[in-house]
Amino acid sequence: MEMKRKKRTAVLLSACLVLAFALAGCGSEEETTPAAKTSAAEVTTADVTTTAETATTAPAASSDEIMLAAAASLKNVFEDELIPMFTAKTGIAVTATYDSSGKLQTQIEEGAEVDVFFSAAAKQMTALSDQSLVDTASVVNLLENKLVMIVPSDKAADYTSFEDVLKADTVAIGDPESVPAGQYAKEALENLNLWEELQSKTVSLGTNVTEVLQWVAAGSADAGFVYQTDAVSQADAVTIVAEAPEGSLQTPVIYPVGILTEAKNPNGAAQFLEFLQSDEALAVFEEYGFTAIK
Amino acid sequence: MDWSPLYISIKTAAVSIIITFFLGIYLARWASRLKSGKIRLVVDGVLTLPLVLPPTVVGFFLLFTFGVKRPVGQFLVETMGVKIVFTWWATVIAAVVISLPLMYRSARGAFDQVDQNLLYAGRTLGMSERRIFWRVLMPAALPGVAAGGILAFARGLGEFGATAMLAGNIAGKTMTLPLAVYSKVAAGDMDGAYQYVGVILLLSFGTILLMNYFTLREGRTGKRRRAK
Repeated sequence: MEMKRKKRTAVLLSACLVLAFALAGCGSEEETTPAAKTSAAEVTTADVTTTAETATTAPAASSDEIMLAAAASLKNVFEDELIPMFTAKTGIAVTATYDSSGKLQTQIEEGAEVDVFFSAAAKQMTALSDQSLVDTASVVNLLENKLVMIVPSDKAADYTSFEDVLKADTVAIGDPESVPAGQYAKEALENLNLWEELQSKTVSLGTNVTEVLQWVAAGSADAGFVYQTDAVSQADAVTIVAEAPEGSLQTPVIYPVGILTEAKNPNGAAQFLEFLQSDEALAVFEEYGFTAIK
Repeated sequence: MDWSPLYISIKTAAVSIIITFFLGIYLARWASRLKSGKIRLVVDGVLTLPLVLPPTVVGFFLLFTFGVKRPVGQFLVETMGVKIVFTWWATVIAAVVISLPLMYRSARGAFDQVDQNLLYAGRTLGMSERRIFWRVLMPAALPGVAAGGILAFARGLGEFGATAMLAGNIAGKTMTLPLAVYSKVAAGDMDGAYQYVGVILLLSFGTILLMNYFTLREGRTGKRRRAK
């Protein structure tokens, strides 16, 4: 009886191990196919000039993919359109993480292995550049966005301008310490002399702009400050009340993109940056509400 | 250093442990006395669920229930003018839901360990069920129940995911210690983060020491009781 039990346990354990390895094996299979695609794409693609150099060298493991760290407001445009476009064109896979630029900056400073950093404000890019973590020569001020005030769609009638934020009980704003959208909102509100009074309200600090958007969309907050591109992505749940008034925002809402000095795949990163500046990519950005800086 | 996160965390944990403690022991007693083993299994499963689920999933369900656009949330707003989300009470609700499974399971285990003869003896002496619960069952189960309470307190103190979703991150109102650490790290203020982390470490370590003290005491008093 004892033998039978021991044998059954052994069989069960080995079955579990085999299953675990099989699952792990399935995961790595997906990573090896882009390698086959890359060699084929490099031979046939003629328009991307940098691949001419890499085509002659044997594709190393890291030339298959790049790691992108981008601001939360860029998630939709990248995941839905630009990354599939880029991978289809060059065969380079893109793994991406999206969060507030401040959080990403901290992660990069603490050693996160990133190839390309796409920030929602110059502050974080400059900070990394000063620490020589970003190659200053590679930085391109690519896009512009607009800061808007939003409210849950059913409350839209009561609000018409930034000043109306004082009518709200609870306001959602990105944490100015780490979220560019919060920085811009604070600057605009300070210039409109609304910031001081706002502090007496219930102000919830989002750790990234998407969190702020969701709080307003769920109706938890009466009003919030996000980018126009975010508001548009949740058009049914939130309504844009107003854009930041003329002159209230001195710092332009600029999104710079740059390559990390310690990038594991600098060639892939350079190709990515070139792609982002191409007409077809800029057209997609404009579709999503961003403005391309020429 | 801004002490408000510590103050808020302690306040939340203190209020939620009171609610969790009584809710936990009553539910545990009720579940232990259920005649049907199958129903008891289901009850155990449901009440343990928040412990096993990722806190963000629990937060999702809480928002689904108390959110302003949801039935329960709307009902509360319309009948009592009360909005749960983004209030300090939301931190309490999140902490209670997350820590209740710990209290429940510890109490269940402790109650089941108690010698049933003690309870029978109480009944033959004509004690009401309520007196038996408080004067016989609870003292006998106290070490296990206390350890469970301390664990639940610590868990409530450390709650983060569900709290952020339901209560928001409002400095001075719902920004608990874990949320404060997260905000500091996001802002790159490591020194500020260290200070809060230090406080949490002290609190958590103190909690573990207390718990160990109680479980050790259980060993000693157990022996003493049997010797009599």
